[in-house]
Amino acid sequence: MPVSLANSEVIYEALKACDVRIISALPETWLVHLIRMADDDPEVTLIRVAKEEEAIGISAGAHLAGISSALLMQNHGFLAAINPIVSLALLYKIPLLMLISYRGHMGERDPWQTQGGMVTEPLLRTLGIPVWHLSNPDDAQRRIKDAQTLAHASLSPVAVLLTRELMWEE
Amino acid sequence: MLRVDALQAIYPEVKDQIVVTIMGAVAAELYTLGHRPNFFYLEHAMGLASSMGLGIAVAMPRHKVVVIDGDGSLLMNLGTLSTMARYSPGNLVHIVFDNASLLSVGGFPTATATGTDLAGVARACAIPQVTESDTPEQLKGAVAGALAGGTLTTIVAKVEAVGPKSFHMDLPLLENRFQFKRALEALRQHD
Repeated sequence: MPVSLANSEVIYEALKACDVRIISALPETWLVHLIRMADDDPEVTLIRVAKEEEAIGISAGAHLAGISSALLMQNHGFLAAINPIVSLALLYKIPLLMLISYRGHMGERDPWQTQGGMVTEPLLRTLGIPVWHLSNPDDAQRRIKDAQTLAHASLSPVAVLLTRELMWEE
Repeated sequence: MLRVDALQAIYPEVKDQIVVTIMGAVAAELYTLGHRPNFFYLEHAMGLASSMGLGIAVAMPRHKVVVIDGDGSLLMNLGTLSTMARYSPGNLVHIVFDNASLLSVGGFPTATATGTDLAGVARACAIPQVTESDTPEQLKGAVAGALAGGTLTTIVAKVEAVGPKSFHMDLPLLENRFQFKRALEALRQHD
């Protein structure tokens, strides 16, 4: 599978450096290595959700309980979670560190991914959610940490878009 | 059974626990019985009170967490039962008041009015302990038992579709949110 194991490791190390203790995820191809790493890590609780909406509630609960969490989701999962992002995270000023695999964008061959790819960034911007693109593994540590710092300072969701250049080895 | 009587019966059991409720009548009735800083009322995001409870229960394994859910909310997020069952935190108690109605938004019947059995769904999702309560006394006993034990429990309590005259709560959402976070922080300091 040409999902980058090396870059998944870099991303996972960055999450560890952020003291993330709870990771919620819904399996998706680009995230397989990250999910496996979370599953194998005794310091991290991986919660596999049935739908991404749940993950917003789980992270909100973790935040109120004083624990740092991260969400792994595909961009279509972000689309599925928009109501709770608005009516829980934004309404109640809950920080969320969302790592979103950016399917359906430049280089996408699967036609079914493309519509979601085209609306992801416009929707994030409409919601006022700050966005980092992550394409270069050298940026991962700094950008993921900075995203978490902004989330906690602003009490807002932030999105780190995991791009094809980072996640997929052609 | 009236939900307000059921809430009154379980109030002594839950008042010192971490409590997350859904919006509407449940929140207003619990608030009126006596707000506590360890009570959080999720006034929107229908369906996610149980997911929040799961997040808190996993984050604070030494503390009991009580979620007060409703049939309409749970039907919006049935997947939560499978996720809760998968991780089965023994410190989580999930109470579902089933009035077979979306009472707070016009009283339209939910699918439990036409036969959907939420206790049955919970069992089929592998929630390890599922009970049903028909009277306030039964519910009080079930909640006390679940809090004393260490097993994830869903308790379905059928109640009448009757709510409070007013849903007003003199507690802004954000005040509740920050107060609740501080209350959990204080609890964690005793860990």
